[in-house]
Amino acid sequence: MSVVAEDRATGEPPGSVGPLLSLRGISKHFGPVQALNDVDLDVPSGQITALVGDNGAGKSTLIKTIAGIWAPTSGTINWEGRPVEIRTPREADSLGIATVYQDLALCDNLDIVQNMFLGHEDLTHRLLDETQMEITAKKTLADLSVTTVQSVRQLVGSLSGGQRQSVAVARAVMRDAKLVIMDEPTAALGVSQTAQVLELIKTLGARGITVIVISHNLNDVFEVADRLAVLYLGRLVSSGPIAEYDRQRTVEIITTGRSADDEPTPHTATDGEG
Amino acid sequence: MATDEEQGNADEAHPLATDIPGTSSADTDSDTPELLVTPPELTGSLGEYVRAVGKRIRSGESGVLPVLGGLILLVVIFQIQDSVFLSAGNLVNLLVQGSVFVLLGMAEIWVLVLGEIDLSVGYVAGIGGTITAILSTTHGLPWWVAVLGGVAATAAIGAVWGTLVIRLRLPSFVVTLAGLLGMEGVLLYLVNANGTGGTIRIVDPVLIDIANGNLSTVVGWIVMIAAVVVVGGVIFVRDSHRRSSGLVAPPLAISVLKIAVISAAGIALVLVCNADRGALIPVQGVPYVVLVVLGVLALWTFLLGRTRFGRYLYAIGNNAEAARRAGISLGWNRLWAFTLTGLTAGIAGVVYASRLGSISNNIDGGTLVLYAVAAAVIGGASLFGGRGKMVYALLGGIVIATIYNGMGLLGLAASYQYMVTALVLLAAVTIDSLARRGRTATD
Repeated sequence: MSVVAEDRATGEPPGSVGPLLSLRGISKHFGPVQALNDVDLDVPSGQITALVGDNGAGKSTLIKTIAGIWAPTSGTINWEGRPVEIRTPREADSLGIATVYQDLALCDNLDIVQNMFLGHEDLTHRLLDETQMEITAKKTLADLSVTTVQSVRQLVGSLSGGQRQSVAVARAVMRDAKLVIMDEPTAALGVSQTAQVLELIKTLGARGITVIVISHNLNDVFEVADRLAVLYLGRLVSSGPIAEYDRQRTVEIITTGRSADDEPTPHTATDGEG
Repeated sequence: MATDEEQGNADEAHPLATDIPGTSSADTDSDTPELLVTPPELTGSLGEYVRAVGKRIRSGESGVLPVLGGLILLVVIFQIQDSVFLSAGNLVNLLVQGSVFVLLGMAEIWVLVLGEIDLSVGYVAGIGGTITAILSTTHGLPWWVAVLGGVAATAAIGAVWGTLVIRLRLPSFVVTLAGLLGMEGVLLYLVNANGTGGTIRIVDPVLIDIANGNLSTVVGWIVMIAAVVVVGGVIFVRDSHRRSSGLVAPPLAISVLKIAVISAAGIALVLVCNADRGALIPVQGVPYVVLVVLGVLALWTFLLGRTRFGRYLYAIGNNAEAARRAGISLGWNRLWAFTLTGLTAGIAGVVYASRLGSISNNIDGGTLVLYAVAAAVIGGASLFGGRGKMVYALLGGIVIATIYNGMGLLGLAASYQYMVTALVLLAAVTIDSLARRGRTATD
């Protein structure tokens, strides 16, 4: 592990400004079902936070709350220190929050450039400015060290899983996202493609972009994350710098909601309720 | 590890993946050593460009090649059977016959790109022709007012179908099937209510000339040269600009070749049309209707290829959810597509009425719509949305007109025409399906 990464692992955001995103008391009900219960989470700027938890723990519900798919039942969201309301994906977008869903939302019949600019095309005289868009797209991909695509005019349908993920992330970065949320980015990928995507996530972190990544795969989590946050049945039961966790303890928290050798975690399970 | 590979996507760039049976075609695409962002087209040489094109064809993006091949085959067969086929008179006749199929095919492309269909275009075209005829002949209005009235009416009909599909979330197949039946009724009503015995004649000389008049030979050349200069100039300037900006662009030789092919096609067209094809009195010149078809083709190609609206139709047709998340208004874009389908059908209707010199209550709109869909699909458009260009309707429409015309020359009955058209349609869909398999074998 590099020195930089260890520095980051100490947790405090650089420059002692507050966290980029901070959630306070977020709850979400769907009728009688309580999907999220009083979640407090700080996402420090420029760090990679891994959000883990078992199926149904509320990971997707939480990121959809941040992404503006739905509003929380109660609680506040602070963005760059100010309370904000994120009611639609567009509002999330204008704050600089980009979400890369598992299905990636790409059009197979369009090429890489067309997908990256979909909905936000550059125009000259009200016509598509393909030249400008292609230049910008190439630059963004190069900045992210995405070097595996042969041509930016290749149809997205002909790309591999890892390349598709790269295009989806590049689209978010190109639009100046400050926070990129990735939902199970490696779930459907094989070994080499997974390595490619993890490399991409590290590149985002190195460029100072804040990342929240949902993953089931602890190998991936321990490879890229600076911080860990564990959800258990809708509650945030543990969070902190990755250095405070090891695999076994993490699995324990994910499956039982607490750890035998409970110590420095700020949000230790309040026990009792389930 | 190998099991992981099989369970995940088979398109892994992993050496083992290519050993799994059934994924062998993956090597055309994703697991070649990929080192460059620089595309092969950019590295400049003609040979590499040709190889890149060949690769794209193998991976299922065959474009217009199958239909061009089929068209050449048909022409050779008909010419061997009857040497009149390639005479100037017959070729011009074929172009005029094909114009209605081409226009209706272009109407259909708008909705096919969305993954929708419009079964009503045949009778909607009939209504466009009828309203134009009523306004011009019965009410004596100027020809352009009559045409505008007819086309506005059909655009409005298209907008109604679009609204029903979008607002009520009804399948376009059912809405426009109802439209097919309903519009036949409206057509009968309009023609019969005119009180001229089930037929409305076209008398305005300009309206008659649309499908029956010709440009003078000199004007034909001037228009052709102007068109070639504009189109060729755009291609040349755009390609060289892209080459100098270091973007994906064909090499100079290909740009020149494209312009040469377009010029040759233009010259051939005018030469054929300017030859004297009259039996008793001299008849020569490019028919106006050819200009109408090429004008609509140019305008619609531009709208579909160079504007946000066109781009969004392709996106919606392939992945509506992705388009929605990208902030694209699904409703408005689809409504405009349906409206343009109606509008284009109206233009086809005016041409149809002009060619027959009248509009009657026995138009077979059912057959017309099947030819329209067939023209688009034979040309290469997909019924599943997301793929199709206006030029596909041009090529597909000409194929249908060729069969129609060639079988007619051979004195074969309509029964044979239908059967051969059916075979060609099946062949086109089969080629599309095989190409699609090539394309998705890597998924």
